[in-house]
Amino acid sequence: MKTDDLINVLVADNATVEPPVSRTLVLALLAGASVAAVLFAVMMGPRSDFAWSIVNSPRFIFKFVLTLGLAIPAYIIVQRMARPEAKAGRTIWLLALVPLMLAAAVLLEMYVLPSDHWSVYMIGSNAKYCVSFIPLFAMAPLAGALLALRRGAPSNPTAAGAFAGLLAAGIGATLYASHCVDDSPLFIAVWYTIAVAMITGLGAFLGSRLLRW
Amino acid sequence: MDRQSRDNEWSELMRASIAGDGAAYKRLLADLSRTLRATVRRGFAGVGVSPNDVEDVVQEVVLAIHTKRHTWDQTKPIGPWVMAIARNKLIDDLRRRGRRTEVSIDGMLDVLEAGGQDDAIHASDLRRVLANLNDRQRDIVQAVAVDGHTAKDVAERLGMTEVAVRVALHRCLKTLAQTYQDKPVHETPIQKSPLQETIK
Repeated sequence: MKTDDLINVLVADNATVEPPVSRTLVLALLAGASVAAVLFAVMMGPRSDFAWSIVNSPRFIFKFVLTLGLAIPAYIIVQRMARPEAKAGRTIWLLALVPLMLAAAVLLEMYVLPSDHWSVYMIGSNAKYCVSFIPLFAMAPLAGALLALRRGAPSNPTAAGAFAGLLAAGIGATLYASHCVDDSPLFIAVWYTIAVAMITGLGAFLGSRLLRW
Repeated sequence: MDRQSRDNEWSELMRASIAGDGAAYKRLLADLSRTLRATVRRGFAGVGVSPNDVEDVVQEVVLAIHTKRHTWDQTKPIGPWVMAIARNKLIDDLRRRGRRTEVSIDGMLDVLEAGGQDDAIHASDLRRVLANLNDRQRDIVQAVAVDGHTAKDVAERLGMTEVAVRVALHRCLKTLAQTYQDKPVHETPIQKSPLQETIK
């Protein structure tokens, strides 16, 4: 069949154009985040002193600086990587700020805490919950992001999947952080990092399988 | 025409197409396929492929442009978007042949030579897809593809609804896209005289 013949068929199929991929991504993420939020509200909900802590506790506030600092740049990157010609771009430096801030906070925490307290704060009281609930709350946002990316045309499926994982982990961690009473950067640096890495890895794996086009 | 003004023209045509202008879409795809033919040929430089293989990739790129046109950001120039798709498809194809996978798109857009001579080439993949359709579907695709009828005309001639015709066409395109995805690695190129091939 000649290319001109194919073009005739494509022109006849012109009415099937999908909505812009950026809109699909926003809707899919809203849906995914809503599912996660409902799950969160039913299973645990924010901790009882949430309102007080969000104003008065620097450690508590800092958790959201980190989790949103992950989710927002990751969203910008995912949104870009849904298009074939786009790359992660300079936004990746914003993402790199998260581990840098965390490292600085860890050093500060070690400075203000006596050294025999370090391990207590690091192990915390909820480590097991942390590494299971963050991934759980990240599932629906990850599914949403991957479905939207399937509608897109990422040139690098593995990287797109990994950033979708980071984005989903950022959403899951934001929800979980509002419940968890372990606020020390020492705790975050260990357990949140493990949870985020798991979801990012899962995103990369699924991306390499599902996002080819 | 320089790169800038050509890009503007393509962008203009694509915006009109997405808004539903079939004539603009036809012009755009015809124009793009000419440029892409040169691009693909250049990407295959030194690989040694038949004109059929080139045309298969051109068609794969044109189809991807069609199915992914909602991923073009209408505020940005369309040239880099088109070339990124072409590059991806070329890399896929070269990988299937077990060849180098680095394709440079530097200067690809500057290729202005037209491949008009090859318009008559029959590519193989699409023909294989057509062979797997049932008679009714093939009639529909042929009427639109070869005879250039609109979906509406075909519907009237075959006594179907226009929607049914559109669905059949869309399904055929999906099958074609899947066929490209499932193409085996290290495929031996099919050597046939392009002129002996018919749409059947």
